Amino acid sequence: MLDWVWGLAGGLMIGSAAALFLLMNGRIMGASGLLGGVVDGSRTGAARSEALWFLGGLIGAPLLWHLLRGAPPTQLTSNIAVLIAAGLCVGFGTRLANGCTSGHGVCGISRLSMRGLVATVIYLLAGGLSVALFRHVWGMI
Amino acid sequence: MRAGVALLAGAVFGLGLLISGMTDTSKVQGWLDVFGAWDPTLAFVLGGAILPMIIAWRIAARRRQAVLDGPIPAQTDAKITPQLATGSALFGIGWGLSGLCPGPAMASLGFGGWQGLAFFVAMVAAMIAQPPVTRQIATAFGRGG
Repeated sequence: MLDWVWGLAGGLMIGSAAALFLLMNGRIMGASGLLGGVVDGSRTGAARSEALWFLGGLIGAPLLWHLLRGAPPTQLTSNIAVLIAAGLCVGFGTRLANGCTSGHGVCGISRLSMRGLVATVIYLLAGGLSVALFRHVWGMI
Repeated sequence: MRAGVALLAGAVFGLGLLISGMTDTSKVQGWLDVFGAWDPTLAFVLGGAILPMIIAWRIAARRRQAVLDGPIPAQTDAKITPQLATGSALFGIGWGLSGLCPGPAMASLGFGGWQGLAFFVAMVAAMIAQPPVTRQIATAFGRGG
């Protein structure tokens, strides 16, 4: 089937998950905030345990898919320096900005948050620039 | 009940990321590759994800309380800060470099091999280091917190 149909279907699932978490539990579905708050200890009590359950589902469901239906496609680089540098940038950047694609992009833009919109424009531009430089100028990725 | 909903939301999020192609780093980098073979799929993913949330925020504005108790987070500080801009730029660079953002990084832990794990460990380390490092930098430049 066409890629955009899968994209739209998966996108609707992502948004439905966010809507469920918001309306039922009163929580914002931001991946970097949920993980970051757990690992740096800033999330405590019920907020922490709900984040852990959420992360369990997020990691567990695709793992189950892998076991039942085989590995989904991905093309992660095997360049360890690139992986570590990228991981550090993503971890530090999303915590400093207080959000990533799910928090600022999905949950922020949908409520017309100026912060969400500005963050999304900046990380999209930076991402485009990053691919342009590392792929087309320096040929690293 | 709250735990069950959290688990379900996480699972639906993870499968949505997988089905949409967000865990396929070549598709994500293809979306960011405006000077190469541009792949528009992710516009449909983001658009599709925002739609249910537009409805959810409208319901939330009327209810103010979550179904399972507790307040629905209100829109608070709308300030565009240097941290927001710097952090988002840094995040974008790493996103382009690897094709992974935090959600898909976790969703692909189950099939991403050692490469996915290496990225995840580096990301978590930076998440733990961010608050103290930011404080150090602020102090060095003579500004508190």
